[in-house]
Amino acid sequence: MIQLSRWKVILVVVAAVLGCLLAFPNLLSDQQREALPGFMPKNKLNLGLDLQGGSYLLLEVDVPAMREKRVTNLIEDVRVTLNGAGVATNGFQREPGGVVVTLANPAQGDAAFKALQQLGGQVGPGGQAERTATRLGDNRIRFAYTDAALNGMGATAVDQSIEVVRRRIDSLGTREPSITRQGADRIVVQAPGESDPTKLEEVIGQTAQLTFQMVDVENSVQDALAGRVPPDSELLQGEDGTPYLVKKRVLVSGENLTRAGVGSDQSGRPAIDFRFDGAGARRFGEATAANLQKPFAIILDGKVISAPTIQSAITSGSGQITGNFSIQEAATLVNLLNGGALPAPLNVEERRTVTAELGADAVAAGALSTAVGFAIIVLFMILAYGLLFGGVSVVGLVLNGVLIVAAMSLTQATLTLPGIAGLILTFAVAVDANVLIYERMRDEARAGRSVIASMDAGFNKAMGTIIDANLTTLVAAGIMFVFGEGPVRGFAWTLTIGVFTSVFSSVLVAQVLLGYWLKTAKPKKLPIAE
Amino acid sequence: MRGWPLIKLLPQKTNFHFVKYARFAGVLSVILCVASIIACFYPGLNMGIDFRGGASMEVSKPAGQTIELDRVREAVNGLNLGDVQVQGIARRDTNVDDGSTAILRFQVPEGRDQTQVVNQVEGAISGAVGQVNYSGVSVVGSKVSGELFTSGLLALGVAIGLMFLYIWFRFEPQFGFGAVVGLLHDVILTFGLIVLFKLEFSLNMVAAVLTVIGYSMNDTVVVFDRLRENLRKYKTMPLRDVIDLSLNETLSRTIITGVTAVMVLAALAIFGGEALFGFSIALMFGIIIGTYSSIYVGAPIILLWGVKRGALADDAKPVKLGMASRP
Repeated sequence: MIQLSRWKVILVVVAAVLGCLLAFPNLLSDQQREALPGFMPKNKLNLGLDLQGGSYLLLEVDVPAMREKRVTNLIEDVRVTLNGAGVATNGFQREPGGVVVTLANPAQGDAAFKALQQLGGQVGPGGQAERTATRLGDNRIRFAYTDAALNGMGATAVDQSIEVVRRRIDSLGTREPSITRQGADRIVVQAPGESDPTKLEEVIGQTAQLTFQMVDVENSVQDALAGRVPPDSELLQGEDGTPYLVKKRVLVSGENLTRAGVGSDQSGRPAIDFRFDGAGARRFGEATAANLQKPFAIILDGKVISAPTIQSAITSGSGQITGNFSIQEAATLVNLLNGGALPAPLNVEERRTVTAELGADAVAAGALSTAVGFAIIVLFMILAYGLLFGGVSVVGLVLNGVLIVAAMSLTQATLTLPGIAGLILTFAVAVDANVLIYERMRDEARAGRSVIASMDAGFNKAMGTIIDANLTTLVAAGIMFVFGEGPVRGFAWTLTIGVFTSVFSSVLVAQVLLGYWLKTAKPKKLPIAE
Repeated sequence: MRGWPLIKLLPQKTNFHFVKYARFAGVLSVILCVASIIACFYPGLNMGIDFRGGASMEVSKPAGQTIELDRVREAVNGLNLGDVQVQGIARRDTNVDDGSTAILRFQVPEGRDQTQVVNQVEGAISGAVGQVNYSGVSVVGSKVSGELFTSGLLALGVAIGLMFLYIWFRFEPQFGFGAVVGLLHDVILTFGLIVLFKLEFSLNMVAAVLTVIGYSMNDTVVVFDRLRENLRKYKTMPLRDVIDLSLNETLSRTIITGVTAVMVLAALAIFGGEALFGFSIALMFGIIIGTYSSIYVGAPIILLWGVKRGALADDAKPVKLGMASRP
């Protein structure tokens, strides 16, 4: 084993050259890296948010809230449809996913069922009917979302939310944000650098759900405030706290907006101009034609922005929202509306922010402790095994360091602060392989073997132990990777890379260098034996 | 090639009677383990916000200025957030505690909006001590913290289980049993130390404990490898002597590697700043405990349990042998 085999030399040289090449960009400034010729790798270490500063937000899409809302809309649709068909009802019983209607007159069962079937026949965005009617008896009809539609709602909502969040963050001009899905209903937003987390949260936190609903003029607000809210209406507040009684049914919602922009009203105050898409324009036209001289409410995230009276049917599909906006508020709102509404509210479950200075301090502390730790190991190895054998392991250690940096840069794995600690520990454990080999050589020399034989045996016999020992570390790292989050994963990845590079460099480098020494110096005695 | 400045740190051949003191060490270990388990519940682990939920905030003023901790405490206590901890820490850039940097930890009461509470706290702080810089803010919701805690414990459990399986396949059941008892011993004592030093138990700490598990196994494997080899070599030597011999043979390696790791971690604890301090201290002690346990817990348990020497001697029916055991 100790004989200098050609492939081992080649392997070590190739690894060293490749490692240096891949690790090299870390020494350069950003401009210098850009100027590198095309074939050269350009990736630097990918520092975690704790090292470069930035914000981490874990958001949960409130899918149950969204389902509730959809069901509420469905019930209002049923109410309006049955009213339109002249069917008298006795009661609505809400259930998860839908509603059971009890008819006042069983004779109207067929008519009601037909009307609801028609309502259900409208094809949803998925290209399939999402809502179906089922007869439960003479006078009871169930109208509900299909199971497939209910189940799909969550997944679609998360996907849509990711899109909306991305558009909103992009509008802030944040540098390289990463927005990923986690688990069934969570979104992780990571924005590096100097981004303002409060601003970020503000932008993400707003649902921007815009709806147009009729104001309930048949019932009085006072009655509603006293607790008598009609079943098809809801009590909302205006920006200034004025209560409004509003019909629950949504005429048109923000989903039908094609474009919003900042404009100004007749008196020159900032307002929001908007335009509906075809379906939205048609629905808005019909609704305004049917409700002339009645007020309707423009509602954003549950707050009434304004409640103008319909003067004439608006069929052009464009309109204006006036309210008490400042220019800035109007601009933010326009951005939100154009970015699209979130299909469901997002709750911030976890939020971590590190300023860039704190990150820089952490890098400095990490670099200092790595340097000190490295120096301690070098000193200790040379004290314990002398310049030659100790030096050989130091060379292995340096190559190990280069290879780790190279592998981390290549895979763009995130280096976190605990990751740096993992790196330092890896150095300490890498030395262990050399210690095992050298101690074994000493044993063999003491047993009276020749220099070559004891070195050979040292490598051979220590190898099994080294593999066993490193496999256990790999198992631990694997578990951290599977169960860990964020920084722990970074630590696990560093540890994993470290296990491979350290076995490679401490064993192979030692074999090659010591093999060369054995060949040229032809020693009579093992320097590390007594 | 003579005359290398070789300093022999250790005598090349030692002859300690480790096993002789195993009984005493065993009693000591049992007492310490029981004490540690009790300590984990009373006074209990100092749970960080990762596992308990809530917020932690690092505030600082420019070097030379001071943040009056009492005034901060008073102001934030006025917000009715329950238990609020305010603690001065070392400056990140100079690593010196000059009173200009502090950490706040508080809970977000059920039903109150995280962001709002954080804003209120920021307002209260500025009101009490003037303009400060918020260098790091973490808020963890109670749902997420519960999940993190479960997955952390699960990770520790799975790690110990897999290590047992690994040793069991690689060696023999007795070895696996010894290794796992040693491992549990190390994990329990590390937890004891975390409680003793009031270190914050966080996600990073779970990583530290997992690393201790990896290291402890590493150490145990080295000793067991040698033990297995010697059991084959000296078929008639009494088991306790073989164990003593193997421990002595691996002692210099155990000490060199252990001392290197501990020194490096000490450097990390000293120079790594606040964020890595608890982490490196836990690792350092974990490694010391791991070294002790591979000598005094793992091997003596094998002595207690006994080994079927025949199975080891019989080359026709070996457990899968590593390269180490090639004649």
